Amino acid sequence: MRQIWSGLATQTPSGVSGSSTSIFAPAGTPAHSIFGLSMLVLGITGAIFLVVGGLLFYVLLRYRHRAGDADALQEPPQIYGSNQIELSWTVIPILIVVMLFLATARIILATQDAPKPASALDVTVIGHQFWWEFRYPKLGIVTANELHIPVSDPKHPTPTYLSMTSADTDHSFWIPRLAGKMDLIPNRVNTMWIDPESPGLYLGQCAQYCGTQHALMLLRVYADTPAQFAAWVAHQQQPGVADSSVAEGQSVFQHTACISCHTVAGTVATGTFGPDLTHVASRDTIASGSVPLTPANLRAFVDNPAQFKPGALMPAMHLNDRDLDAVTAYLLTLK
Amino acid sequence: MATQAPVAAEITQTAPRRLWLQVLHDWVTTVDHKKIGLMYIGYALVFLVIAGFEALLMRVQLAIPNNHFVSPQSFNQLFTMHGTTMVFFVGMPILFGFGNYLIPLMIGARDMAFPRLNAFSFWISAFGGLLLYFSYLGGSGLYGAGSAPDIGWWAYAPLTLKAFSPGHSSDYWTIAILLSGVGTIGTSVNIVATTLCMRCPGMTLTRMPLLVWLYTVMSGLVFVTISPLTAAQIMLLLDRYVGSHFFDTQAGGSAVLWMHFFWIFGHPEVYVLVLPAFAFANEIIPVFSRKAIFGYPAMVAASVGIGFISLSVWAHHMFTIGMTSGANTFFVLATMAISVPTGIKIFNWLATLWGGKIHFTASMMFAIGFLFQFLIAGLTGIMLSVAPFDWQLGGSYFVVAHFHYVLVGAILFMLFSAFYYWYPKMTGRMLSEKLGKWHFWIFLIGFHLTFDFMHIPGLEGMPRRIYTYEADRGWMIWNMIISSGAIFQTIGTLLFVYNMVWSYFKGPAAGPDPWDAWTLEWSTASPPPAYNFAVTPTVASRRPLWDIKHPDDPDSHYE
Repeated sequence: MRQIWSGLATQTPSGVSGSSTSIFAPAGTPAHSIFGLSMLVLGITGAIFLVVGGLLFYVLLRYRHRAGDADALQEPPQIYGSNQIELSWTVIPILIVVMLFLATARIILATQDAPKPASALDVTVIGHQFWWEFRYPKLGIVTANELHIPVSDPKHPTPTYLSMTSADTDHSFWIPRLAGKMDLIPNRVNTMWIDPESPGLYLGQCAQYCGTQHALMLLRVYADTPAQFAAWVAHQQQPGVADSSVAEGQSVFQHTACISCHTVAGTVATGTFGPDLTHVASRDTIASGSVPLTPANLRAFVDNPAQFKPGALMPAMHLNDRDLDAVTAYLLTLK
Repeated sequence: MATQAPVAAEITQTAPRRLWLQVLHDWVTTVDHKKIGLMYIGYALVFLVIAGFEALLMRVQLAIPNNHFVSPQSFNQLFTMHGTTMVFFVGMPILFGFGNYLIPLMIGARDMAFPRLNAFSFWISAFGGLLLYFSYLGGSGLYGAGSAPDIGWWAYAPLTLKAFSPGHSSDYWTIAILLSGVGTIGTSVNIVATTLCMRCPGMTLTRMPLLVWLYTVMSGLVFVTISPLTAAQIMLLLDRYVGSHFFDTQAGGSAVLWMHFFWIFGHPEVYVLVLPAFAFANEIIPVFSRKAIFGYPAMVAASVGIGFISLSVWAHHMFTIGMTSGANTFFVLATMAISVPTGIKIFNWLATLWGGKIHFTASMMFAIGFLFQFLIAGLTGIMLSVAPFDWQLGGSYFVVAHFHYVLVGAILFMLFSAFYYWYPKMTGRMLSEKLGKWHFWIFLIGFHLTFDFMHIPGLEGMPRRIYTYEADRGWMIWNMIISSGAIFQTIGTLLFVYNMVWSYFKGPAAGPDPWDAWTLEWSTASPPPAYNFAVTPTVASRRPLWDIKHPDDPDSHYE
């Protein structure tokens, strides 16, 4: 599965680079309507710029002081104002503002107050310093940093509705190709919706300063085909794999501080401060999307997360080499 | 005019040389508005260099992805200190410095209305700035080595609360802002009282120079906006030390409450900073176009209008916090509305240039740079006022580019313009025009390299306040260009500093009126004597010196 996704990450069918986070490569309804509106705004402001900027350059050339002129020492005629002219450059901007306002209000209402279809998927997003928790309440799935959602076919839309809050400080969820950003604020629930139009990986990151390691609080959204999504859901609903060949690593995991913060469903590990690890090995990345999941990276991360993410709240575990190998082997079985 | 200059010259000639300790005593105990103004400017310039250096360090870090030039903690402190310093300890003091110096001179007064309050305001603000930087030494207190605040200049709750900022660094931030706020309100009271009560005979409100009008509007805004900021700082201190829960989300407090308190200050603050820049433009553009300002009443009305409307736009900083569609729509409309009076100003400046004889002095070149860049800043502002567009652009480098276009492209350019224009009045010597033009062109190139290209990574999804970024996003080339512009800006600024120092000793003598200008400050000696005017002037129009120079065709016939 990982190979498929990394292939998609470099090239999507639309020809846009998979690592693109450009707002000008929209791939979902909210991003498309913002894109359309932004083109209108860019057109109007561009026209104003050309007219006013052009006038400025004309005036500077035409009315520069020339020492050689016959009247160079005389003051130019003094003009104190003109009601007609001043009225015109008050009224015209007002008309432009009214037009822009109406166009804007339309998109605000269409995006924020869109009726929620019955086929919508609900996901709860909880921001943490410095990672993302995703809970699918109706499906009984908890995962982290890599959000899987179904592609939405315009004829049978299956948008994903995100209920967002924060466990600590403010964060902001931003996948530029799918929608604008929405803040995750403690003690408050915000909602937004996304509906990717084609399968693939959509990147983003936290867009509200949330503490020391804000920069590497990356975000990955996987838009799956219906079949892929159903398979992913079925897989995630299984409890953690119990593989007797890694019993030593499991034992180390369960007898050190790991379980104070991490959950592995079906075991004694029920901590909630850190990401759920039940299916950690099925993800492409660790450290909130900033490091590819490889055995070497995982081992190094468990040893001391600060090598990758200085400021991350997980402490260095100070395990000896044998325990470190064992825990890494155990985690890698949690497919 | 002709009778005053010799008197002043005689006094400066006979003044005996004094010991430096006497000079120091003189400056520390002074209540003279000119000396306080110069101290404001000097202290702001020191902080300008410090905060500019912080920006340079950030640009080195961001020039390439995955750079290890500074640690994440240091980077977060750098952008917090850069923003806080530039807004509270560069922007406001330097503008107050010019205001303090110029307002009494322009309205023909002996001093500000409350000279002692003026000195108090300066020293309390200056202490705030020193306290903020003392945090580098004493910040964490019991928790270990020193550290500056790393909470961002908005200091959003709950990041500032004990749970997330256990050390003392955010206390230093809070108290520094509190002190600066006290000084700011003091000076604003002073400016309003001075303009209302100290104008010379004949100077009605409708004849007051536009600079003074704009400072009055700005001071009114300060009353309304610094007060909630100060209240919020006190609430934050209570949360941190007394156990109240205004912003403590873990105990039912509200993070959004802080945002409202902060931005009801924070947005009008932009106008507090930009209105003085407008003020300088209103004096400098007419003089170097050799024409009266076009549409004086409309300029006053637009300024007052901006003052009022700017109080109703704060939540456009909060389009992404999940407000209802109704609230979002309201703040879109209010924000767009402010572009109307702002547009009037730009058009009136254009009309002032129209038909004039434009003299391209260094001062005027910076003023024209201001006009051009403020136009662009206004247009990107319109883009950001479109809430859905802001859902994409808010919190990204596009916003950083936009507000630096205002703060550097407009305000700093206009400040440079003001230095070239009023330095002769303040010191009695001209700044070098040649160095000034070098300064202009080098800084202009640096500015556009940095801030034009800074819009692009924002459109490509790069958030602000990140100490590093992923290599595969395609942001590196833009960041390289942005960082290279910082080098030009540094060189330009160093040229300016050199020009100020060199000209102070070697510059040609200015005389009372080097620009053939029209407002009252040019009717007294350069630098003006402590008492400003030997005889209180009487005016009959908006341009009293025009009337003296053109007795056949005085302004008073047309007003």
